[in-house]
Amino acid sequence: MNLTRIRNSLPQRKALLILALCAASMMISCSKKASKNNEKETTSIQVKGSDTMVNVAQAWAETYKSVAPDVEVEVSGGGSGVGLAALEKGTIDIADASRNIKPEEVEQTKKNTGKDPKEFICGFDALAVYVNAENPIDEITLPQLEQIFAEGGTTTTWAQLGVKVPGASNDEIVRVSRQSSSGTYEFFREHVLNKKDFKLGSRDMNGSKEVVELVGSTKTAIGYSGMGYANDKVKMLKIKTDKGVFAPTVENTVSKVYPLARSLQMYTLGDPQGAVKSYVDWILSPAGQKIVADNGYVPLSSTTAVN
Amino acid sequence: MPASSASASTKKPSRSKLAVIGEKALEALIRFCGISAIIFVLAIFFFVFREAVPVLFSGHFNLKEFLFSTKWYPTSMSNVRYGTLALTVGSFSVTALAMLIAVPFGLGAAVYISEFSGPRQKETLKIIIELLAAIPSVVWGFIGLTVISRLIIATTGTPVGVNILNGSIILALMSVPIIVSIGEDALKAVPDSYREAAIAMGATKWQLIMRVLFPAAKNGLLAAVLLGVGRAVGETMAVLMATGHAVQIPHGIFDSVRTLTANIAAELGEAAAGSDHYRVLFLTGILLFAITFAVNITADIVIRGVRKK
Repeated sequence: MNLTRIRNSLPQRKALLILALCAASMMISCSKKASKNNEKETTSIQVKGSDTMVNVAQAWAETYKSVAPDVEVEVSGGGSGVGLAALEKGTIDIADASRNIKPEEVEQTKKNTGKDPKEFICGFDALAVYVNAENPIDEITLPQLEQIFAEGGTTTTWAQLGVKVPGASNDEIVRVSRQSSSGTYEFFREHVLNKKDFKLGSRDMNGSKEVVELVGSTKTAIGYSGMGYANDKVKMLKIKTDKGVFAPTVENTVSKVYPLARSLQMYTLGDPQGAVKSYVDWILSPAGQKIVADNGYVPLSSTTAVN
Repeated sequence: MPASSASASTKKPSRSKLAVIGEKALEALIRFCGISAIIFVLAIFFFVFREAVPVLFSGHFNLKEFLFSTKWYPTSMSNVRYGTLALTVGSFSVTALAMLIAVPFGLGAAVYISEFSGPRQKETLKIIIELLAAIPSVVWGFIGLTVISRLIIATTGTPVGVNILNGSIILALMSVPIIVSIGEDALKAVPDSYREAAIAMGATKWQLIMRVLFPAAKNGLLAAVLLGVGRAVGETMAVLMATGHAVQIPHGIFDSVRTLTANIAAELGEAAAGSDHYRVLFLTGILLFAITFAVNITADIVIRGVRKK
């Protein structure tokens, strides 16, 4: 059919217009029917927050699909700060955080949504200090870390720590850190820097994995991340305290001798109901905790056994 | 006066009422579309200013510190400081180096496509360069983070490969397609009579390009470069991944920096709506507006001055 001829003749143009309207209305009604069907069958749970926990959270979501096929769990990262900010606005169901919620965040959540955030500890993690595998250093103390990372700290070269990194052209310590939305960043600042600010000029990476990757490709780098992210290009330093020298392992986290052991928690708006409650209960059950252990973190049951 | 009997004999061509109303409606719609562009820009300005301005009157905010201090500590537990000088220098350095790389390549490619290539080669080259423009910026960031970073470490021996040089190479690759397309259009717009006159006077190809075409097309070429600069200054994802995201004033092209855009992208997600941190980030947005505005105004003045000559 020659469209120009249709365009030029009025009755055929009218027919074409009516046909187009019918097609459009059919498409709209079909999509409405499809979404209605979906709404009746699946509920979705929005989980957002800690980048340290994002791998575990995704593993939980995927395994939960076989436990409850009609529940869809959507996981995203962004950092503990981003998750808690979204919980404050009431746009998500569960916020993952590798740090504790701050009092002003609790207040803000109550103001915006009328509900108090409820905390569930779902695992433990050791915050490991990573250096390149070729770096000869093996252990470090918390005051030394403070001098390297904190504002006003005086340690800027490996020579000051008595270390010579083989094959490095430049002796300067390359500090690899996280962005300020990260719970790992806040935990490090509170427990290693004693609430002082970080020295400016550190490379602030987006996620736990990027920190380890940059340290792995830079001979003179030092960084911090969860112990579950180790690979063969990096090594985790032992921390020397006055009680001894401890490596970031599952046993040392469980017995709390490793000084940078931290809890991983989930926050919900008030007491969880319905599908969210079933999901949280499942995560805290042995099935969910097995996934925590499989991903390189410390499950709850081991610590309660010690206590 | 005699009645205008002439009007009785001439018949006006008749149009249906539907056609007349339809045409007026279409005209109104097109006018609305044109005005809506201005309305959208004003609305964006209004929204950003509304979110940012309250922090200027909040008491513990110092505008001078905001503009000239290098210390950016918005989430500090002890001493909150908002200083964007290091970020501004970061944006400026990455854009400047990117333009230093992109402009010779871009204008050179535009000249080659316009003056030296045959019609089939012209089409192929234009398609390939458009493909370069179609790559999403996050993919560019990823390329910078993995490929270019390794290249920089291997060829220069610096410890870290995510730095100004890395960010600039990526931004240059992103800006070149814009410079080439618009530059080539500008050169195409120069009438052939110019070229014929120059060749008739005995000019070589090089003299034709440098002495005749560039001066004739300079407005368009400057516009091309400025659009490239605009793209580079506003780029967020690629520089977030490729520059190392470190708040510091760089001492060389192998230092990591953080740009204003990457800073906003990384921190706005966690800033509670309405908090000081949130408002200061919007104020950073206004700072970016001001910088782009200044660049465009200087360009306008330069073009006008150049036109007078």
